[in-house]
Amino acid sequence: MANYTLRINGELRQVDADPDTPMLWVLRDHINLVGTKFGCGVGQCGACTIHLGDVAVRSCSVPVSSVGDQQVTTIEGLSSDGSHPLQQAWIEHDVPQCGYCQAGQIMNAAALLKQNPDPSDSDIEQGMNGNICRCGTYVRIRAAIKTAAETSR
Amino acid sequence: MLAGGGFMLGFNWQAGATAVGLNEVPEDFYAINAFLKIAKDGTVTIMSPNPEIGQNVKTSMPMIVAEELDVSWDQVKVKQAGLDTEKYTRQLAGGSQSIRLGWKSLRMAGATARRMLIQAAANRWGTPVSELSTENGRIMHARTGRSVSYGDVAEDASALQIPEEVLLKDPADFKIIGTSRKNVDGSHIVQGKPLFGLDYKKEGMLTAMIVHPPAFGMKLKSIDDAAVRAMPGISDVVIINAKPEGFSGTWSDTNAFPELVAVVGETTWQVLKAKRALEIEWETTSPLENSEDHEKGMQEHIDAGEGAKDRVDGDTAAAFSSAAKIVESTYTAPLVPHNTMEPMNFFADVTAEKAELVGPIQTPENLRTTVSNLLGLPQDKVSVALTRMGGGFGRRLYGNFGVEAALISKAVQAPVKVVYTREDDMTQGTYRPAYKVKYRAALDEDNTLIAFEVKGTGIHGSPVFSNRYPAGTVDNYLAENLRMDSNISTGAWRAPRSNFIAGAEQAFLDEVAEAAGKDPIEFRLELFRRAMSNPVGDENDYDPARYAGVLELVRDKSNWGEEMPGVYRGVSAYYCHNSYVAQVVDLVVENNLPRVKKVWCAVDCGIVVNPDAALNQVEGGIVDGIGHAMYGALSFKDGAPEQNNFHSYRLIRNMEAPKEIETFFVDNGIDPTGLGEPSLPPISGALANAFAKATGKRLYTQPFTGIPDFFDIIPASG
Ligand code: FES
Ligand code: FES
Repeated sequence: MANYTLRINGELRQVDADPDTPMLWVLRDHINLVGTKFGCGVGQCGACTIHLGDVAVRSCSVPVSSVGDQQVTTIEGLSSDGSHPLQQAWIEHDVPQCGYCQAGQIMNAAALLKQNPDPSDSDIEQGMNGNICRCGTYVRIRAAIKTAAETSR
Repeated sequence: MLAGGGFMLGFNWQAGATAVGLNEVPEDFYAINAFLKIAKDGTVTIMSPNPEIGQNVKTSMPMIVAEELDVSWDQVKVKQAGLDTEKYTRQLAGGSQSIRLGWKSLRMAGATARRMLIQAAANRWGTPVSELSTENGRIMHARTGRSVSYGDVAEDASALQIPEEVLLKDPADFKIIGTSRKNVDGSHIVQGKPLFGLDYKKEGMLTAMIVHPPAFGMKLKSIDDAAVRAMPGISDVVIINAKPEGFSGTWSDTNAFPELVAVVGETTWQVLKAKRALEIEWETTSPLENSEDHEKGMQEHIDAGEGAKDRVDGDTAAAFSSAAKIVESTYTAPLVPHNTMEPMNFFADVTAEKAELVGPIQTPENLRTTVSNLLGLPQDKVSVALTRMGGGFGRRLYGNFGVEAALISKAVQAPVKVVYTREDDMTQGTYRPAYKVKYRAALDEDNTLIAFEVKGTGIHGSPVFSNRYPAGTVDNYLAENLRMDSNISTGAWRAPRSNFIAGAEQAFLDEVAEAAGKDPIEFRLELFRRAMSNPVGDENDYDPARYAGVLELVRDKSNWGEEMPGVYRGVSAYYCHNSYVAQVVDLVVENNLPRVKKVWCAVDCGIVVNPDAALNQVEGGIVDGIGHAMYGALSFKDGAPEQNNFHSYRLIRNMEAPKEIETFFVDNGIDPTGLGEPSLPPISGALANAFAKATGKRLYTQPFTGIPDFFDIIPASG
């Protein structure tokens, strides 16, 4: 066990955890932020996507000991009230089916739009290829990202 | 405005037939019946009775209640109901039947409540009920200009008897049904609010993980848990058995591994590490199977097996011997796991007096039955609350994870949440069976279909529906079925059997049409015309006119027959879950890979309750069907699945999904039928047919990308 001070969604949080504990479980079990989802645990599905700084990472594959003082953003911190253009676009396009993958999709899309505010269709497909949606909402995910890119401009 | 034009229905509604007494009603919130409560301020809370797995019934079922109640959708709040068999019937998510079977009772729930509210207003004003009308949650008396809100009369209404007869709306007057309403959980989903089983927490709750045998055919021999018990955060290691001697469960108890080791502790990571450190010896109790054995066994069935002749029309042997042309092909698909995005999990808090269960399950009633039997608790001491589910696809019909939670909680005397890893989830069983089917068709000199034979087999059963199309369209028809035993557990997987047989049948019909030198749509329509004018047999379980209807619709919408350079088209149509679907796939080649540019889809599922959400279901089924046909395969070596997570098991991803899907619903006013499954089965056929157009090669074995020369036969992209 070790003690870590983490910067999560703009707040300082103290956690006692083994150094190898993935951020996914630190968020879900220790800090009670359950919006970040467990899908595979091996960096293959994207359900657990969070931001370290401006970069999207798979929190299941990021040990708490490697985070240091980087700013961590989770779906709960993307906006305080669901007003992020992607969240709005997701509602407009009524994207979710079961909804389980969608927080990860949105977090991945948010990092994508930061890097590339005007993505082409193939930029979107490629940028989102690491996030699985078992319900198959890909067509809507792409459309919602387009809409968010337009409304953010 | 609602008046006249509707119809009366006798009201024999067993569930929820008594009004809730006033003294049981919370202050300011009046329960009118089991489905709804109305607050003084007019807010309506509608209970959604059925499990939500992503099929969106949590939105669409309350829409139906709200329609007949005659309120505006903005006034409505939706709550998920827990299991309550006294109030609700068929609280199950399966077979795409929630809307179809709930349609009448949900309408009745809204209509009877509306009627009671009107009665309360009539009593207050001393006016006859017949002079009152409603709109957007208000009751109006046109003659005197008086009006009152539902909230104002809700208390009075809740004390009235539920009427025995009630007027339902004329569908022409629907204001909510048939309009698109957003997912009621949408804003919570996009903000990551706790909704799912895995998100559930309770004070003092421990985390449990299971270890099941590494192969089908093995069981626990011995365990050394000394080191694990000493690991930080670990409170217990227990062995549970969900099928003790003499226990016979429900069909939901399909489970290859009833005896398990469970590790219990504080945090998920601590328990996961302990689980990995356990030293367990397993022993083999039945043969360890290989995928090659399955393939060989199924092929032997097809070549030499004598199956049950479940439908025989005419004499196929005679017809084949006089045929001008014979077409025959065999289609195969492997075992596949469900892979719901949210792995299996469940919460249980079991004490000597009661069991409280919370989590994602498609069959809460069966779970209650099994837990009550196993724990020796009366049914009314076992509660099952439903969370939103991160996917179902049939996997959550089999509630072993819920039973495990209950047994573990009992063993450790603490509330526990059982959490499966992806590896547990993918290797634990209850898969879509492996299937093989052989078709034979005979054409005469005029290229008319004169005989059709289908022979199917699969693990634990054949995929063939003996009375489905093309049965009924051809004089000589034979359906023959075999089953293969296995110690690998299989079960329902989105559109059971149809998920394979539709694609096989529709790919085969394409070959037959080609042999007959006919347009594939026209060839199918010819058969439907035969079934309409002069059907063979009287047990055909489809309506040929509605079937032909979707084919014609997709033909017209897609401009079928139009030549588009570089675009290869395939068509398919299928009937299942009481609904009809026809699809056209436009395939292109990009970077030397096939890519679905567009799917055109026509659907006849009767009245569409929530059109945009319905489109979403159809799109999802199409993507799911393409994904599994192209990539899905769980192979076995010595009883063990060779894939256990998404690095080795491939699910369809964003770049592989169709660029565009356009769906058209038939508008016929018929009561709604299934929609969660029907768009999936035919798509693999349309895809294979488009592929054949592009390459001249037919795809007989799923997953298509596993066919040895699949990538060689992709034509070079332009
Ligand atoms: S849970 Fe992290 S990528 Fe799947
Ligand atoms: S909405 Fe269900 S996994 Fe994406």
